[in-house]
Amino acid sequence: MSGDTTSDVRRAAPGGRWRTMGGFAVAAVLLFAVAPTVLSDFRLGLLAKFLCFAIVAVGIGLAWGRGGMLTLGQGVFFGLGAYMMAMHLKLADAELYGGPGSVPDFMEIAGVRELPGWWAPFASPVFTIAAILLLPAAVAVVLGLAVFRRRVKGAYFAILSQALAAALAIYLVSRQELGGSNGLNRFRTFFGFTLNDPVNRTMLFFIASGTLLAVVAIVRQLMYSRYGELLVAVRDQEERVRFLGYDPATVKVVAYAVAAAFAGIAGALFVPIVGIISPADIGILPSISFLIGVAIGGRATLLGPVLGAIGVAWAESSFSEQFPSAWTYALGAMFVLIIGFLPRGLASVTAVRALRRRSGDGGRQSVPEQREVAV
Amino acid sequence: MDVVIGQLFTGMSTGSILLLAALGLALTFGQMGVINMAHGEFIMAGCYTAYVVQQVVSATGASLLISLAVGFVVGGAMGVILEATLLRRLYHRPLDTLLVTFGVGLILQQLARDIFGAPAVNVVAPGWLSGGVEIFGAVVPKTRIFILLLAAACVAGLAAALKYLPAGRRIRAVVQNRDLAESSGISSRQTDRMTFFVGSGLAGVAGVALTLIGSTSPTIGQSYLVDAFLVVVAGGLGQLRGAVIAAFALGVLQSAVEYSTTASMAKVVAFVVIVGFLQLRPQGLFSVRARSLA
Repeated sequence: MSGDTTSDVRRAAPGGRWRTMGGFAVAAVLLFAVAPTVLSDFRLGLLAKFLCFAIVAVGIGLAWGRGGMLTLGQGVFFGLGAYMMAMHLKLADAELYGGPGSVPDFMEIAGVRELPGWWAPFASPVFTIAAILLLPAAVAVVLGLAVFRRRVKGAYFAILSQALAAALAIYLVSRQELGGSNGLNRFRTFFGFTLNDPVNRTMLFFIASGTLLAVVAIVRQLMYSRYGELLVAVRDQEERVRFLGYDPATVKVVAYAVAAAFAGIAGALFVPIVGIISPADIGILPSISFLIGVAIGGRATLLGPVLGAIGVAWAESSFSEQFPSAWTYALGAMFVLIIGFLPRGLASVTAVRALRRRSGDGGRQSVPEQREVAV
Repeated sequence: MDVVIGQLFTGMSTGSILLLAALGLALTFGQMGVINMAHGEFIMAGCYTAYVVQQVVSATGASLLISLAVGFVVGGAMGVILEATLLRRLYHRPLDTLLVTFGVGLILQQLARDIFGAPAVNVVAPGWLSGGVEIFGAVVPKTRIFILLLAAACVAGLAAALKYLPAGRRIRAVVQNRDLAESSGISSRQTDRMTFFVGSGLAGVAGVALTLIGSTSPTIGQSYLVDAFLVVVAGGLGQLRGAVIAAFALGVLQSAVEYSTTASMAKVVAFVVIVGFLQLRPQGLFSVRARSLA
């Protein structure tokens, strides 16, 4: 369906190719040159973590903002990617510091001498990376086909995806060979590079930055392709698209799988950057929290989710430790106010033209307005 | 044989708790199509109502009965406030309703944490509910039997109200055809509000009942919410019997899987079964023509 994507790009994208290239150039300069010089190592690490959330947000923007699929279960894919990466790092550490054949430290403490069989493939870096790239998307394809083919949509889909996140978090708590409720932590190396070294931590930041730019570019390409038009059409009038001869399920599955793949990659980056992954990072609350940044930034825009996710994550890390109670109120209030009264997020405030057209269409964004997105 | 009957009863008991939690949702989500994520927090409010009432009325038996009534009103009042301030603006955006009410739920949880503290509190069950009854060799706690009876009473009461009371008939009329109901002189605004009052009130009752079998913490509602939604989805919208059958089926399934494996496996299995079930019947067990969900 996305076979002839390139033909429409220049027609549909606002501002043309040069503006897009300029936007990416500015972002690249900010991330690769300005940020490392201005920010301390600690703050750079924090920003790297926010970038992981932004990568998830870009995918949610595609699936939810453009495709109308309210996925409350992105924590599942985030967790899949994160746990696979964490397993590889633990195995690599064990081999490096404990000698060949030794088990990861937390297993040793628990008295496990024999590595569970399904851990073994993750000793290979190639297998791990391939699995991180493919498995979340594959799970999303299977799940998406099962659900969308039967025309389960809207609230049903949201509730099922949320139940999936809850089920996975509960399941992981019970698996002692995955660290139980403590999760996996205390990683020492990342593909041979020691994680204590500030240079290597800056490298991780660069990897996250590069990944973010790449996923934004991918989503931009999808958005302004014929596939992107079809996705918006499915969101707004699924039945009509069906009558035109397209299969809405396939259209949705593609966006859902792309979002899942992004979440998996973000999870895999999150592990070496933050140094821990536990069931608390992937349950219901974190899964829904991924959405608020997307909503604030403007769910159907390209850059809104990125900026929104970074902004919310930054606010959380600044306020939640000092004022945990006030932060929860603020988070709740954001859900109520932004989604209730400003469904298009702050992007609709800055885009004056979009604001003028807002009267009377109650949150259902019309297709032409989607094109107002500045890159 | 004893094991089977014991497990069956445990399942029925789990099912009755699920049913109590889901019954209000069957009204607000099933009949009105409003996805109220704060429903769990209304349950939590019911729990804390029981706690507060017991601080005032120390006689445990009386406090339970008073709590059931007060819990209904507290839950219902919270529901009406939510409906009047936020939800009525969002009827045409069901998915956004979900996120808005999730935010409301977060705020309510934090309120409970600030007022009652994060540690769990306990409500003392009345003396006549302590101990157990032996049924076919399996000892069943009396509190569980009480909850089973309470759930049955709530379902029967709600079904009768919907069938025979004028207000219940208005609710059904609005659910089945909003425009036609309005043109027949029924105020759909008032009917919506009343539906929401009853549905949220049932959440309060569920909360009071939950204090009999466990302690109360600010996050208690969240733990029941996903299950409750699954019950309503699997049962099919717009009909109470679907929710009843789905709740007991899910309860028996969960306790059976839990018996042979673990509680967490039971949740995972329940989810897989429901996704599989929706493959066969996307509309759930029963369905009537209702306002479309997005």
